[in-house]
Amino acid sequence: MHNATIKSLAAGLASRAYSSVELTQNFINRINGLDQKYHAFITLNPEASLKQAKAADALRSAGKGQPLTGIPIAQKDIFCARGWLTTCGSKMLSNFTAPYDAHVVERLNKAGAVILGKTNMDEFAMGSSSETSYFGPVRNPWDVDKVPGGSSGGSAAAVAARLAPGAIGTDTGGSIRQPAALSGICGLKPTYGVVSRYGMIAFASSLDQGGPLARSAEDLALLLNVMAGFDPRDSTSLEREREDYTRELGKPVKGLKIGLPEEFFAKGASPDVVKAVEAAVGEFRKLGCETVEVSLPNMKLSVPVYYVLAPAEASSNLARFDGVRYGYRAPEYTDLLDLYKKSRAQGFGQEVKRRILIGTYVLSHGYYDAYYIQAQRVRRLIARDFAEVFKRCDVIMGPTSPTTAFRIGEKMGDPVQMYLNDIYTIPANLAGLPGLSIPCGFDGKDLPVGLQMIGNYFGEARMLGIAHQFQKATDWHTRTPPGVE
Amino acid sequence: MKWETVIGLETHAQLSTRSKMFSGAATAFGAAPNTQACGVDIALPGVLPVANREAVAKAVRFGLAVNGNSPANINRRSIFARKNYFYPDLPKGYQISQYESPIVQGGSVPIVVDGREKTVRLTRAHLEEDAGKSLHEGFHDLTGIDLNRAGTPLLEIVSEPDMRSAQEAVAYAKALHALVRWIDICDGNMQEGSFRCDANVSVRLAGSDKLGTRCEIKNLNSFRFLERAIEFEAQRQIGILEDGGRIEQETRLYDAERDETRSMRTKEDAHDYRYFPDPDLLPLEVSEKWINEIKTSMPELPQTKRSAYLARGLSPSQAALVTASREVADFTDRTAQASGSVTRLSDLANWIVGPLSARLNEENLEITGSRVSPEQLAALDRRIADGTLSSKMAREVFDAMWAGEGDVDSIIAKRGLKQISDSGELERFCDEVIAANAQQVADYKGGKDKAFNSLVGQVMKLTKGKANPQQVTAILKRRLGG
Repeated sequence: MHNATIKSLAAGLASRAYSSVELTQNFINRINGLDQKYHAFITLNPEASLKQAKAADALRSAGKGQPLTGIPIAQKDIFCARGWLTTCGSKMLSNFTAPYDAHVVERLNKAGAVILGKTNMDEFAMGSSSETSYFGPVRNPWDVDKVPGGSSGGSAAAVAARLAPGAIGTDTGGSIRQPAALSGICGLKPTYGVVSRYGMIAFASSLDQGGPLARSAEDLALLLNVMAGFDPRDSTSLEREREDYTRELGKPVKGLKIGLPEEFFAKGASPDVVKAVEAAVGEFRKLGCETVEVSLPNMKLSVPVYYVLAPAEASSNLARFDGVRYGYRAPEYTDLLDLYKKSRAQGFGQEVKRRILIGTYVLSHGYYDAYYIQAQRVRRLIARDFAEVFKRCDVIMGPTSPTTAFRIGEKMGDPVQMYLNDIYTIPANLAGLPGLSIPCGFDGKDLPVGLQMIGNYFGEARMLGIAHQFQKATDWHTRTPPGVE
Repeated sequence: MKWETVIGLETHAQLSTRSKMFSGAATAFGAAPNTQACGVDIALPGVLPVANREAVAKAVRFGLAVNGNSPANINRRSIFARKNYFYPDLPKGYQISQYESPIVQGGSVPIVVDGREKTVRLTRAHLEEDAGKSLHEGFHDLTGIDLNRAGTPLLEIVSEPDMRSAQEAVAYAKALHALVRWIDICDGNMQEGSFRCDANVSVRLAGSDKLGTRCEIKNLNSFRFLERAIEFEAQRQIGILEDGGRIEQETRLYDAERDETRSMRTKEDAHDYRYFPDPDLLPLEVSEKWINEIKTSMPELPQTKRSAYLARGLSPSQAALVTASREVADFTDRTAQASGSVTRLSDLANWIVGPLSARLNEENLEITGSRVSPEQLAALDRRIADGTLSSKMAREVFDAMWAGEGDVDSIIAKRGLKQISDSGELERFCDEVIAANAQQVADYKGGKDKAFNSLVGQVMKLTKGKANPQQVTAILKRRLGG
């Protein structure tokens, strides 16, 4: 059961081969048995999950089943889910039970999906390795000494280890795609505004976007069908007609123009990664696609721009965690200022503090123009580069991450090395474009490599179709980590 | 040396919307603490702001009202920005405001001081949300936080430093107060904090065109405090400068009990608010179509009304007073209409701004609760115009009407208040008085004018005040050969 895709599980539920209660219990059992190895989950609530499963079974019996009805889905612990501990991987919220549902959670619940548990993550989504979690690091199912990527590392590891058939995550600078790549699964960051941010704990509001993680492009489409949709409670949510993201799955890719930005294949990417990605591109050529060399000249500025803008927004977004109304409060303090200082000093981890400091600095009087305003200008240049490139091709392809999974602890002492891990994923966030990562091979150590696809605005359905055609022709996405049968 | 005071005002007007600036929670005043604060207002993790369309419409109304109904001063695209600072009554750790591009830029408010008209220019008006309240009383060693007010929509109206005296500042504040109520965007309740002012005060030598260093005075929640605080502050600054000192730029708090201002914080410990555009909110776009819709819903503006009254013969002060609110102007219009006389508008206005206002004040009533109707007032004036009532009698009739004794004519009949204008009758009274007051007659003839007034008084007394005084004067003068 645990090796099946969402699509086939939905068929099993529809045909009564098993019930959602059985399916959910099966995954809960797997998590209980295996997760001490991976630490993909922060919170389980079997009682709540099984209650939802029971309700889903009733819906199916009443003939009211939708594709996700009864499917257990792991949720990154950044999404508020009513009655669930929602920690965002932080001590600051280690005692916070959400009193309301995020828009995405609301939609999943309405579709009859089951909340399987809340997954581990980098604290406040700040990290590329899932090591900054207050609850301890997540381990990569392909090699437990390696990181699964981050920040949605718990969601990615859960799907890779077959502890969940699918998961939801968020992507601010690569936090869905990079862990998907490092954990050998599929992940999609939609166009900014397609998925409501309401109830998703904010890291950098102008970049954050929720999206699905699963084992096939087809499953991503099924999840996105439920996750996407206009929400008047998020002013940046886009009001557009509903889309069926599965509609282009069957469309052939013959004649598709694939742009290959030279910057994605320059030095910096490990040879193993480049080799696997080039082989995947070769596969697309075999399927009748054309390739064209393109360039994103300002892409090299993405990481510095991101590390001005994201911390700037974060420094303000995280100001509400002050120990006054909810969350962690220092046990002892002398006055108001001391309460703030101690609660925040004790409640936030090092990486979060680093980014709050950077963000506060770049917004300060006298520095704002040189950093924040300048970064916004460059952000527009990067978006313009993409607009130029999309005049010449339908999608862009390249590696998702410059390397495969690295050792736990390896980059924790060197933030810049850690930040450079997102060099290929950040540009799509800065431009607000959709980005997808699918498995496309392995390096010499049998660690998975991810192929990244960046599409034009609202190109999700097309991208999912392209990925699906690739997955029909190859079997990288069906490979299981060692020890996971 | 002669000093000149320079004043600019920053006014916060609470917009009278049902829900908050960025959330759906109610804005009603006086609810139990924290019962009108939703997830957005208490800044739960993950919540997002959504701008209140009604609040934006009210800001547009204001923009139109201070620019003669022209939308040239309304930014079609304005930006919400975050003002970052930590305080327990500021749940998000930032206030959403507008910084570099406010919704309203420019405009002016006309004021009248001592019968003289003046225009105060506006720098800008921007939308923002209010903070909650910290309650320091009633909690042993603790501070209570009430977030009911958090997120309430405010329009911050910033004037140019165009005022030169505390009187002008008060006149401006009153005109603005009248205006926001007139166009129905703020209830103007100062006790509840719906309308509050901060004053920027500096002094300079008269004739100088350079502004002095200013101090900002906070916590001015009445017109009287505004006036006192400015007067105190100007004197304080003049005192320092005359002693050869320098003014330090600072924020000062007005202490009403001690009638003084005192330092709250200096420029050195001013916050760095780290303003930046709020990424949770899109730029605020106001379409031409929407502006036009709002324009058609605007009432006639007070200054338009004021000009019309001036043209109809009211003095600047009268015109200012009867346009103090839409209700007073309505009352005046209805009175004028009931009167039908084009020449008596000034007399009618005097009744409204005089005895009627005094009675309303005494009984703490709004003009809409007046016990004398516009129709009654017009009828009263008609009886003055036709000579039936002397002004003294008219006042008695007015009081009787106020007391609910009925209409003008029935009161006149019941009280026998008809003025005696029959000259034959009046001549008899005059002759009687001349005969009985030989001494005064002799005094008058001897050049003592005062004696004449005494004779008029005697006639009035004899007729129980009903004699027409002009006629009595004429008859006596004739009889005594004046």
